[in-house]
Amino acid sequence: MLTMIGKRLMFAIPSLIGVVIVTFLLTRALPGDPAAYFAGPAATKEAVEQIRKKLGFDKPLIEQFFHYTNDLAHGDLGTSLTTGQPVATEIRNRLPASAELTLLGLVISVAIALPLGVLAATRPGSWIDHLCRITTTAGVSLPVFFTGLVLVYVFYYLLGWSPAPLGRLDVFYSAPPTVTGFYLIDTLIARDFEAFRSALSQLILPAATLAIFSLAPIARMTRASMLSVLASDFVRTARASGLKPSTVIVTYAFRNAMLPVITTLSMVFSFLLGANVLVEKVFAWPGIGSYAVEALISSDFAPVQGFVLTMAVMYVLLNLMIDILYGVIDPRVRLEG
Amino acid sequence: MSTVAPTAEPLSAARPSTGLAAMFEHTRYVLGENRVTAFAFALLIVILFAALFGPYVVPYDPLTSDTVMALKPPSAAHWFGTDQLGRDIFSRVVVATRLDAFIAVASVVLVFLMGGLAGIAAGYFGGWTDRIVGRIADTIMAFPLFVLAMGIVAALGNTVQNIVLATAIVNFPLYARVARAEANVRRDAGLVEAARLSGNSDWRILAFQILPNVFPILVVQMSLTMGYAILNAAGLSFIGLGVRPPTPEWGIMVADGAAFMVSGEWWNAFFPGAALMVAVFCFNLLGDGLRDIVDPRRRT
Repeated sequence: MLTMIGKRLMFAIPSLIGVVIVTFLLTRALPGDPAAYFAGPAATKEAVEQIRKKLGFDKPLIEQFFHYTNDLAHGDLGTSLTTGQPVATEIRNRLPASAELTLLGLVISVAIALPLGVLAATRPGSWIDHLCRITTTAGVSLPVFFTGLVLVYVFYYLLGWSPAPLGRLDVFYSAPPTVTGFYLIDTLIARDFEAFRSALSQLILPAATLAIFSLAPIARMTRASMLSVLASDFVRTARASGLKPSTVIVTYAFRNAMLPVITTLSMVFSFLLGANVLVEKVFAWPGIGSYAVEALISSDFAPVQGFVLTMAVMYVLLNLMIDILYGVIDPRVRLEG
Repeated sequence: MSTVAPTAEPLSAARPSTGLAAMFEHTRYVLGENRVTAFAFALLIVILFAALFGPYVVPYDPLTSDTVMALKPPSAAHWFGTDQLGRDIFSRVVVATRLDAFIAVASVVLVFLMGGLAGIAAGYFGGWTDRIVGRIADTIMAFPLFVLAMGIVAALGNTVQNIVLATAIVNFPLYARVARAEANVRRDAGLVEAARLSGNSDWRILAFQILPNVFPILVVQMSLTMGYAILNAAGLSFIGLGVRPPTPEWGIMVADGAAFMVSGEWWNAFFPGAALMVAVFCFNLLGDGLRDIVDPRRRT
């Protein structure tokens, strides 16, 4: 088991190195003189020269790369031009908001997609099978920002059920003391149930938007893999032995059908982390995605670079977790490892 | 994966002799067999018509503002209503088709050339070529794709060309992998051995034996990724990258209309968003339909 985890860790290292190289190359690919770029439009010639020296642009590329990785190792992602704040601090402060949103979106989507896929596979041709097919086809075709806006129109403007799409908490409440950074958990720890309700009502629409988007691949894969497992010999044998249908489906079929679904989760995370940026923009969510978008608009590259790097590292780690989870669930992988 | 390419032709029962007639016959057969694909095909024709002739048939100039008519709901004169500057949204949505379709098609063709050819070479030659292509694909896959596209456009410069390039790059691994797998199983196939024995060079074999056999599968891949390419490009312009206002483009129109969603002027963002959805839906259905024809075993 431990050797397997160790092996997976070794696989993740080349990906991490690749990610660092690509983000490094992206800065050096900036059009024009990167030093002038970082110095800002109002800088004098001397200031540009000074920045060039300071950032090491006068040195050979390979030396610059070591300089860059050295900074990374010290947790330095550079400084934002517009705010003057270190990028790393800003990202650390905003990360919990994004993580809370993405995780809740994933939980909602798994909670809907798995039963939907299983029911569709066990009752092929029924209305639930058609519902599953319609949701999966529609889900991949809906632009995530469009879904978000339609939800805002329906639930805020028409029905008035949800608060204005402006951030994590209603202005009347103050943020709870930070323990985990997740408002849903922190408000409960502080026993501030009013604030909890406010945080939840702010969170539910963006999380639902993400869920609608990520539901399709999970439901589709669950249905397909349940269908193939249900057609296999061991399920037939289990049925022939007179086991209860629920036992056959839950214990025999479902657990085996989960393996391809877990593999699909990797792709789902790729979509979710990308969609997160768009959803944060729609709902004015103060996460790292909207931080990067604001920086993009003002051509402030350091936050964008920090954001891309953070997202990629998180994605590599998530894939690592998926790999390990796969090994825990499927003993065959463990034996090979 | 079998070693014989399941090309589309054998499906049509009686094959007419001339090429064009055969293609027509086959298309008719396929569409008759599958209603959903036929529907998607009809949608595609509408989209192509809008992309080609849109600017000549729309009732209003997409850029002319008329502040008296600002923010009017859909009516007989303005089918999709007007935006905050009084521009006709219907005209803007139709005219935008060309730019959105161009971005999607250009990026898909570009990734077909980059990923498809690199993948075929990797699968056929193996060794170092394979390792390098595989490593590039792995590195791209290590990023959440939309985030990488954002980074590329931010770094290379905020232009439509870079949106096309970024969309192509994030799709590279998909094409490279499919092409590599297909080329790999065919590299020792009988027809390739025969061509090699009769003295053809590697490049000639790649061009005349391998590529024609891998081509149908890559075409399916192209139509499957077209929808994603449109979404990706629209997402980038939604966050303010690439296309600049007042150019009509679906993503940026949704972004413009977003502010009016909370005050009830839904038509501003709704119609361009719906156009985007219909286009993506159309390409996804077409892709699935084509895939079922070319490679029925991958049907889910």
